[in-house]
Amino acid sequence: MHELSLSEAILNTVVKHAAGRRVTRVELRVGQLRQVVPETLAFYFEIVARGTLCEGAQFEQERVGARLRCLVCERQWDVQIPAFRCPTCGGAEVAVAGGGELEVQSIEVEEEAVCTV
Amino acid sequence: MHRLKVRVVEEALDANNTIAAANRADFDRNAVRVVNFMSAPGAGKTTLLERVVHDLPGVRVGVLEGDVQGSLDAERLASMHVPVTQINTDAGFGGECHLDANMVRSALPSIPLAEIDLLIVENVGNLVCPAEFRLGEDVRVMVCAVTEGEDKPLKYPLMFRACELVIVNKVDLLPHLEFDLQRLLYNIDQVHPGVGMMSLSARTGEGVGAWRDWLRDVALREEAIA
Repeated sequence: MHELSLSEAILNTVVKHAAGRRVTRVELRVGQLRQVVPETLAFYFEIVARGTLCEGAQFEQERVGARLRCLVCERQWDVQIPAFRCPTCGGAEVAVAGGGELEVQSIEVEEEAVCTV
Repeated sequence: MHRLKVRVVEEALDANNTIAAANRADFDRNAVRVVNFMSAPGAGKTTLLERVVHDLPGVRVGVLEGDVQGSLDAERLASMHVPVTQINTDAGFGGECHLDANMVRSALPSIPLAEIDLLIVENVGNLVCPAEFRLGEDVRVMVCAVTEGEDKPLKYPLMFRACELVIVNKVDLLPHLEFDLQRLLYNIDQVHPGVGMMSLSARTGEGVGAWRDWLRDVALREEAIA
């Protein structure tokens, strides 16, 4: 259900970087730990983009799996169910090595051809 | 007209986090510690506040109350002569289901920061969105009632990880429920190893002393909490 607010945050980030240019494509990295449903995010983005520079832009999402790293024994592992203790040493000091992203990677914008005579 | 790819690499919530940091600077300047208080609807946040706001010696408490609509919770707390500021989120697009840093920023002029030591921000009841939006708080606390089921940490890991303390409320109902409290505590520890936990009943007062002491410790910390 938080996809609506996230889509607005994404839109604001994109519009800022577009600097007035029309946006034709948005590339996003979405970590598994962000609990985002890709179809729902795309659905809301299409709605919030209406009437903005992003209207009709392609919306590409790269999913990033959840990966954790134990700060005690350095083991790294991929998580499927949300269990954050280290399976090797039982340590609680664990860092998220991947899966926490909600990043606008790049955008594609339309520009007037610049004459470089 | 040609198309140009622009590299961005920016966390979508950076804008919110920047405003949260500005809020935090204002709170620190006034030596006000801030708790972001979160839960699903009906877990007992307001009752837990009613239980302790007058039982914190040496601590002047203020409340920032976030609701989609209405001021029922704010009225409950205001009747206890606590300064309460209400934010209604329904002015936003679709009625926001959480508070964000900008809403708190807009409310700052209405909060008597010079007259309080502790600001408790009662977030909108919701186990998803509030976890994403920092407000400028020192600590985040979530309440989970035993009527919600043992599996909630596994279903809402983002929320259970986005807090420094989990309060398990309504333990007075345990005799009437098929509920395995140890299972819940185990699941919380799986999702957020080492997080603080306390079990209590806001209704009977059982265990509420630990919650009061915890809040008082936060309020009396001289240094800002990382």
